[in-house]
Amino acid sequence: MKQSRRSITDLILHLHPQTVPRETLRVTLSWGLGGMAAVLVGLLFLTGILLLLVYQSSPTNAYASILTLTREVPFGLWIRNIHHWSANLLVIVAVLHLLRVVLTGAFGPGRRLNWMIGLLLLFLLLASNFTGYLLPWDQLAYWAVTICTSMLGYIPLCGPWLQELFRGGAEIGPGTLANFFVLHAAFIPGGLFILLLWHFWLVRKAGGLVQVEREEPVPVERVPTVPDLVVREAAFGLVLVALVLILAVVWNAPLLDQANPGMSPNPAKAPWYFMGFQELLLHLHPVFAVFVWPLLGAAALLCVPFWRESALPGGVWFGSERGRTLAVWTIVAGTFATLAMILLDNLLLHASNVAALDTLVTRGLLPTGLLAGLLAGLYLWLTRKQHYSRAETVMAGILLAMVVLVVCTIIGVWFRGAEMHLAWPWGQGGG
Amino acid sequence: MLDNQNNDTKTNPDRRQFMKRLWAFFGLAAVAEFAWLGLSFMNSRKDRNRPVKTASIVTAGAVEQFTPATVTAIPVGQFYLACLADGSFLALSRTCTHLGCSVPWDEEKNQFVCPCHGSTFSLNGEVLSAPAPRPLDTYPVRIENGIVKVDTSVPRKRERFESAQATRI
Repeated sequence: MKQSRRSITDLILHLHPQTVPRETLRVTLSWGLGGMAAVLVGLLFLTGILLLLVYQSSPTNAYASILTLTREVPFGLWIRNIHHWSANLLVIVAVLHLLRVVLTGAFGPGRRLNWMIGLLLLFLLLASNFTGYLLPWDQLAYWAVTICTSMLGYIPLCGPWLQELFRGGAEIGPGTLANFFVLHAAFIPGGLFILLLWHFWLVRKAGGLVQVEREEPVPVERVPTVPDLVVREAAFGLVLVALVLILAVVWNAPLLDQANPGMSPNPAKAPWYFMGFQELLLHLHPVFAVFVWPLLGAAALLCVPFWRESALPGGVWFGSERGRTLAVWTIVAGTFATLAMILLDNLLLHASNVAALDTLVTRGLLPTGLLAGLLAGLYLWLTRKQHYSRAETVMAGILLAMVVLVVCTIIGVWFRGAEMHLAWPWGQGGG
Repeated sequence: MLDNQNNDTKTNPDRRQFMKRLWAFFGLAAVAEFAWLGLSFMNSRKDRNRPVKTASIVTAGAVEQFTPATVTAIPVGQFYLACLADGSFLALSRTCTHLGCSVPWDEEKNQFVCPCHGSTFSLNGEVLSAPAPRPLDTYPVRIENGIVKVDTSVPRKRERFESAQATRI
C-alpha cells in the first residue's frame, strides 16, 4: 500500500520539484491560470475521445451524427456541452494566463523558450477550437471553412496552392472535412500534448514560478510540493471541473441548421473568440488583415523577450505602482481610441466617393504606417518624456493590443447586426 | 567510463562533432520526408476532386422575362442574371470576392450586400464599399433565339466594370 502511494508521489515529482518556495504558492501571484488551462485540456481530451466514438467525418453524415449524439446517445448532449464549454473557457483562461505572464514579468531571460512555446500553444488551441467548430458541418461550420480557406488565398506567393491543399480540391467537399478532422483529432492534440509537457518542464527548469528578486540574499522558505502545492492544485482543478460540468448542464452548445452552400446566414458571425479578427476584416484590405497584421503581431510577440530589459521585474504585478497607473490609463485610453477608430472608419466605409480609391493603399499601407508611427511615437513619449522604463512601456503596448482585441470582440459580438452593420444589441430583433 | 568520454572529446573533437551533425541531419531528413509524405497525401486528394472543366450551360430564360435595371437569381446555376439599364445582360457569380460568402441581392437598397463582412456591390457587380477587393466575377452570357444562356463552368475575374463585359441582344 505504502509502496504504491509512493509511486504516485514520485510521478507528481517528475513534473514538480520536491519543494517549492512558499511565496509562489500565493494565489494572487498566478491565479492558478496555467493549471486551470491544463485541467481544461484534460477535460477536452477525455470528452473528445468519447465524441470520436459517435462522430462521422463525412459531409453527408457529420450533421446527422451530431443529432444522433445529442438525441440518442446517453449523456451525449452533456458530453458535447462539456467539450464545448471547456474549449471556450480554455480560450479565456489561456489569454488571461498570457496576460498574467506579461504583467508579472515572467518572460525574461531563462523563460524565453517557454514564452515562445506558450505562444505556439495558444496558436494550437485557437486552431483546435476553429477546426472543432467545423466538424458538425452546420451553417456556422460551412461558412467558417469557406471564409478561412478563402483567407489562405490572400497569402502572397503560395496562397492559391495552400487554399487548394486545405480544401482538398478546388471546392469545399469531403476532402476539406477530412483535412480538418485529422487536424482536430490527431495533429493538434498530439502537438498540444508534447508542447504542454515541454511547457511544464521548462517552468520547473526555470526554478518554478516567477519570484520577487531581493536586494540582499534572504534564504527562501521552501515547503514540500506534496501536499502543499498539490492540495492547492487539486482544489482549483476540482472546482473548475465542477463549474464546467454545471455549465454544460445549464447551457447547450450551439448547433445551427445543416450546411447550405447556397445561403450564408445574415449576419454570418464567427464564434466570439474570432470576432475581433472578423472586425479587423471589415476595416482592412484582406491581404493586410489576413497576412501582414497577424504576421507582424506574431513576430512582435515572439521577439519581445529577446529585446533587452523588456520584461517587468519578476513577481510583482505591473512591476510597480507607477506601472499599475500606466496600465489603467492604457486600458481607458485604448478603449476610447478603438471605439473612435471604429466609428470613424464606419463613416468612411459608407461614404460614397471612397470606393474608387485603391484599397490596398487606403485600407492597407496607410493604416499600417499610421499604426507603426503611432506606436513608435507613444514609445518615445513614454520612455523619454514620461520616464517610464522599457519594460513598463512594452507591458503597456501588449495591454493596448489586448484592449483593442477585447473592444473589437465586444463590438462584433453585441453591436453588429444584419449585414454586419453597427446596431444596438436590443434593436436587433431577437438576434 | 566518464573519463574515457571526456578524453575522447578532448582528443577527437572533430569526429564527435561530425557524428552529432550527422544525427541531426538524419533527424531533419526524417522530418522532411514525413512532411513530404503528408503533403503528397493531401495533394492526391486535391487532384482527384478537381472538377471537370466542361461547358455547363444554364438556360436563364427568355430575354423578355427580364426588365432593365433588375437582378434575377438563377438558383440552378448559382448565379445572378443582372439586366442592366440599357437592356444588356451580365451573369454575376454569387460568391463574394472578399472571402467567398454567398451574397444576396437587396431589392430595396438596389445593391448586393455581403452578410459576412459588409461589402456592397452595385447592380453590375462593382464594389460600392470595402473590404471586397474587386467586382463580382462574371460568367459568359450568350443570347440564342431570344433565350439567355450562361456558361457557368469558369468564372471570369475582372478589376472593374466595362460595358464590353455585358452581352447585348
